[in-house]
Amino acid sequence: MNAFLDAWTWLTTAEHWAGPGGVWTRLGEHLYLTGVSMVIACLLTLPLALWLGHTPVASGGGGRGKRLGSAVAVNITNAGRAVPTFAVLVVLMLTPLGEGGVTTPTVIALVLFALPPLLTNAYVGAAEADPDVVEAARGMGMSSRQLMLRIELPLAFPMIMTGIRTATVQVVATATLAALVGGGGLGRIITAGFANQNTPQVVAGAVLVAALALVVEGVLVVAQRLLTPGRRTGGRGRTGGELPPEDREDGARAVRAPAGTG
Amino acid sequence: MSASNCLTANAWICGEYLRTRREELVDATLQHIAITGTAVVLAVLLAFPLALLARRYRRLTGTVLTLTTVVYTIPTLAMYALLLPVFGLSASVVICGLVLYSLTILVRNMLAGLDGVPEDAREAARGMGFGPGRLLFRVELPLALPALMAGVRIATVSAVSLTTVGAIVGNGGLGNLIYSGMDSLFKAQVLTASVLCVVLAVVADVLLLVLQRALTPWARAREGGRRRRGTPDPGDGGSPPDGGDGAPPPDTGGDPDSLAKSDDRPLAAGTPDARQEAGR
Repeated sequence: MNAFLDAWTWLTTAEHWAGPGGVWTRLGEHLYLTGVSMVIACLLTLPLALWLGHTPVASGGGGRGKRLGSAVAVNITNAGRAVPTFAVLVVLMLTPLGEGGVTTPTVIALVLFALPPLLTNAYVGAAEADPDVVEAARGMGMSSRQLMLRIELPLAFPMIMTGIRTATVQVVATATLAALVGGGGLGRIITAGFANQNTPQVVAGAVLVAALALVVEGVLVVAQRLLTPGRRTGGRGRTGGELPPEDREDGARAVRAPAGTG
Repeated sequence: MSASNCLTANAWICGEYLRTRREELVDATLQHIAITGTAVVLAVLLAFPLALLARRYRRLTGTVLTLTTVVYTIPTLAMYALLLPVFGLSASVVICGLVLYSLTILVRNMLAGLDGVPEDAREAARGMGFGPGRLLFRVELPLALPALMAGVRIATVSAVSLTTVGAIVGNGGLGNLIYSGMDSLFKAQVLTASVLCVVLAVVADVLLLVLQRALTPWARAREGGRRRRGTPDPGDGGSPPDGGDGAPPPDTGGDPDSLAKSDDRPLAAGTPDARQEAGR
């Protein structure tokens, strides 16, 4: 128990928070790594996921993209789980990519591990867009592109947000490991503590990392709730069994919103 | 000559490394298996009573699920660091951390599996005079097995991967080799250990899948005769036959392991019952 009290003392010591190796600097590094990786990962995956989940105007039901998409979605998730992040980080560090410093390999590793949840969720969101709405849009003469951007994208939005939330939490957690290969971020406080056999610092760092992960998760849950059009409540609302009316109204509203802006 | 060259040249793939460090590799792999195996077995043993409790006292369910989500959100390195003062520098730190992570997956899946047992089956068993114990072990548990095994597989594969981080406390199995290989820039060691990790995860997954098949022979029989589940569906006829039948939205369940869930879907396909229940 003593270690936890000492950790509290460590956390309440002002000098541990300031300066180049202080908590604020490490937190900044952590958020920077997370932000950069998430932006890159989103740019890479979201268009691909939408394309894979797209229902082509020509074919009625599932096109080739969809079949490919579900295969990719399942396998990439399994692969992401089986490959240890730490191993990927170290391997990347030892490649020429690591010669320029730790940031590039770290960002690459973080992007790689953000891909599965982003791709899978966005794909499922787009692929599961209410067929009636898609049908109606096609009947209105929408092109494949319009269908994708004005119908499937808005309908997939809740799932995309879920993917972003899952991926961000994952990236925040993974960014901690950057410290193991000499990178920055809050994990550095933990590894430095291990190096100096300073258990209170190790525990203090762990508390900070865990707190950051939980705060990020919490903030994103709230953001998701606020940003989701039509207040679709996700899985919970679906247990009622009779969802179609609400769902359809929901879809219609989601479609109208972006069309109005365009 | 050329063989030993790959060691001096610090090549990524090196046969000589495999030959000279075989013992080290085997030891690390065995440690890896021991840590992962212990953790998953402990987690299964703990998850079972927890899931039963959470089911028995419905008010607990929410608490248990929230708690498991919180635990799952804590990064591995932080988890091991938090457990350090409790266990000191030992394998217990890693095992305990892995047990906590695995519990979150297992309790969820067990609950889902038990909830998915059709009420008709329970009713029939009760009618046949089954007591609660026999009902649980002879009817509910077998029916919940696919969901349960899906959870075990996810937990195991994740545990194999997360064990590597245990290198920070010197008990990471193959992770130790990766860690020391990083310090000495020993490419062959890092790559070999990394690949072995992935192989371990895949082998464990396949073995568990085989086990699941062996434990649920009726599942294969059912796959052949789909029509069996066509009949008890009258309540389902009203729900949309399209993608709206709600199969995927469980992904929005609102937890960091929607990862985990997205993949237990194909497996849990054996529980269309869950959906039927919902439709009621």
